[in-house]
Amino acid sequence: MLQVWKSFYARSDPAKAYSLLSPALILVTLAMLIPLGLMLSFSFFTQVSFTEIDYSFTVQRYIDFFQKNLLVSLLIKSVKISFIVTFVTLLTAYPVCYYIAFYVKKNKMLWLVLLTLPFWTSYLLRVFSWKIILGTKGVINSSLINAGLLSEPLTFLMYSETAVIITLTHAWAAFALLPLYVSLDKIDFSLIEAARDLGLSRLETFWKITLPLSLPGIIGAILIIFIPTVGDYVTPALLGGTDGRMLSNMIQAYFGKVNNLPLGAASATIMLITVAIVTMIVSYTTKKLTQRIS
Amino acid sequence: MNDSFIQINGISKHFGNVKAVDDVSFQIKEGEFFSLLGPSGCGKTTLLRLLAGFEYPTSGNLLLDGSDITALPPDKRPTNMVFQNYAIFPHINVEKNVQFGLRKLGLTNDEIIKRVKDVLSLVKLEGYEERYSSQLSGGQRQRVALARALVRQPKVLLLDEPLGALDKKLRDEMQLELRTLQKEIGITFVFVTHDQQEAISMSDRVAVMSEGKIQQMSSPNELYKNPQNIFVSDFIGETNFLKAKTNSKDGEYINVNIEDLGSFKIKNNLNISENASDVICSVRPETMMIDREKSDWDICLEGKIKQTSYLGEMTKFYVETKEIKKIITVSSQYFDNQSFQDGKCFISINLNDISLLNKK
Repeated sequence: MLQVWKSFYARSDPAKAYSLLSPALILVTLAMLIPLGLMLSFSFFTQVSFTEIDYSFTVQRYIDFFQKNLLVSLLIKSVKISFIVTFVTLLTAYPVCYYIAFYVKKNKMLWLVLLTLPFWTSYLLRVFSWKIILGTKGVINSSLINAGLLSEPLTFLMYSETAVIITLTHAWAAFALLPLYVSLDKIDFSLIEAARDLGLSRLETFWKITLPLSLPGIIGAILIIFIPTVGDYVTPALLGGTDGRMLSNMIQAYFGKVNNLPLGAASATIMLITVAIVTMIVSYTTKKLTQRIS
Repeated sequence: MNDSFIQINGISKHFGNVKAVDDVSFQIKEGEFFSLLGPSGCGKTTLLRLLAGFEYPTSGNLLLDGSDITALPPDKRPTNMVFQNYAIFPHINVEKNVQFGLRKLGLTNDEIIKRVKDVLSLVKLEGYEERYSSQLSGGQRQRVALARALVRQPKVLLLDEPLGALDKKLRDEMQLELRTLQKEIGITFVFVTHDQQEAISMSDRVAVMSEGKIQQMSSPNELYKNPQNIFVSDFIGETNFLKAKTNSKDGEYINVNIEDLGSFKIKNNLNISENASDVICSVRPETMMIDREKSDWDICLEGKIKQTSYLGEMTKFYVETKEIKKIITVSSQYFDNQSFQDGKCFISINLNDISLLNKK
C-alpha cells in the first residue's frame, strides 16, 4: 500500500504541489476565508437591539451605508489619504532606490538594510514618536518658536489629515523600497547608456527606458502601500483627531462601542470591494500609460 | 580620406589609483576598420567608452573630424555603439528599437520608415520587425544592435566585443559579414576585442593594449611578423621564448648568444644595443620544422616528443631537447600525432625566423 502511494506521489506533480501548499492553504482557510465568510454573512443580517441580531437575509445594511453621508465621505477620504500616501512614498523612495541600484557599487544590501533600520521598532512606537515630533509642544513647533520664526504653534501638524499622511508615508516607505529597488536593480545599465548613445537626453532616457522598465516595481509598491493604508486605523485613531478620521475607525466603532456588527461588516465589505476596484484600475492605467510613453 | 579622422591626444583615464588608460595618443583614419586588442583590464573598453562619451578623460582631448568632442555627452556625439550584451530594449519590438535613435534626428515619417527598412535589409533582418528581444537568437540580437546603431548613419561605429557571446561557427560568419558590411558602407569602425585571431582577421590596423598603454599599433601582418616587444609577441599567436645576450653589431645584424644554443648572427630589426644581457629570442612554432631525419637548416636539434595536440588542420608537438631546458612547441601540417611512433624527432630552425626582442 505504502509502495503504491509512494510511486503515485513520485509521479504526480499535483500531489507534490498540494502537499507543499497545504500549510499555507490550511492557514489561509482558517485565518482568512472563514473570517471573511463570517463577515460577509454578517453584512446581510440586522442588529435588532444591543444584544440581539436578526439572522434573516437583507441587503438593507448596504443601502444604509450609502444613505449615511458620513460613511461615504469617510470612504472617499480613506481612499484619498491612501492615494496621497502612496504617491508621496513613491516619490521619496524611487530616487533612493535609483541611487542604490545604479550608483552604489558595493554593499548595496547594507544600504538597504540601513534604510529599513527605523522599521525594526514597532509600528506603534513609530506612530507615537511622530506625536512627539508633530505635537503643539513637539520638536518641530518648539524649535520653530525658539528660533523666533513662529509665535503660535502650527496646529495643522497634529491631529489632522496632514499628521496621518506624514506618519503613514514614513511607516510604509520601507515596503516601497524593496520592490522598487529590485525592479531598478534588474535594469541593465547598458540599456540606459544605449538610449543616451542613441541621442536621448537624461530626462528622455528616464521616461523612455528606466521608468517603463521599473514599472513592475512601481505597481508592486503601489499595491503594497495602498492596500494596507486604506484600512489602517491605528494612525488615524492616534494622530488623526476628528479631521484625520478614516473609514476603518468607523468600522472599528461598529464592531466595538456602537455595536452594530452587520453595518460594520457591510462597511468592511464595501471597503474591500473599493480597494479591489481601485487596485485594478491603478495597475491597468499605469501599464497603459507607460505603453504609450515608450 | 582623412588620415587623422579621430585624434586621441594624450588621453588618460584614472579610476582612483588605477590608470585604466595611461597617456595614450594616436589617430584613426576615416573609413578604417580599427581594432583595440588586449587582455581584459588593459583599458581597451575604457578607451572605447571615452570615445562614446560614457566616460570623460582625466586628461587629454579627443577630436573627431576636426572638432573637439572631449566634453560632449554621448547624445551629442556623431558616434554610435554596439554593446557587448547588445542592450536591446526589452520592452519594445525590433522595429521600434531600430527607430529609437531616429526620433531626435528631425527626419520625416517617410524617411524614418525608409531608413529602418533599408538597414533591416542590410543586416538581413526583414520580417523580424514585430519580434521582441526575448524572441531572438544571439546572432539576431547582434544584428538588431548593429542596425540600431547604423540607422543613425554615425561617423564612427564603436563595437565593444560584439561577437564575444556567439558560438564559434556563428562568430566566424559574423566576422566575415561585419568586414564586408564595413567595406560596403565605408563607416569608420572602432572594434574592441580580446580575441587576437578576430582582430587580425578583420582589421586594417590593430592597436595592442596592455596596462593602459598602446604596446604596438600596425597592420595585422606587421603585428604578427614584427612584434615590437615581448608582450605583443606573446599575445599575438603562439611563440617560444629563449633567453639571450647580445655581443657586437654587424650592420643590420647583431651577434647573439642564445642560452644553451651558442652564438648566432641575427637580424636586428628593433635596433637592440650591443652587449645587452637580457634579450629574448622569439621563434614561432610554425616557422620550425619537425622531421624524422636531420636537416641542413641553421639550427637542428635532436629531441623527444613529450606531448602532442591534434588540431585537425595541424598538429602541435611539445618537444624536449638535450640542449634547451624548456619544452619547445612546434607545429606541423605535414606530420600528425601518429607520425612519430618512438617519439624521436629532429627540430630545425632558420635564423631568419628568430626575432630579437628587448626584455623590457
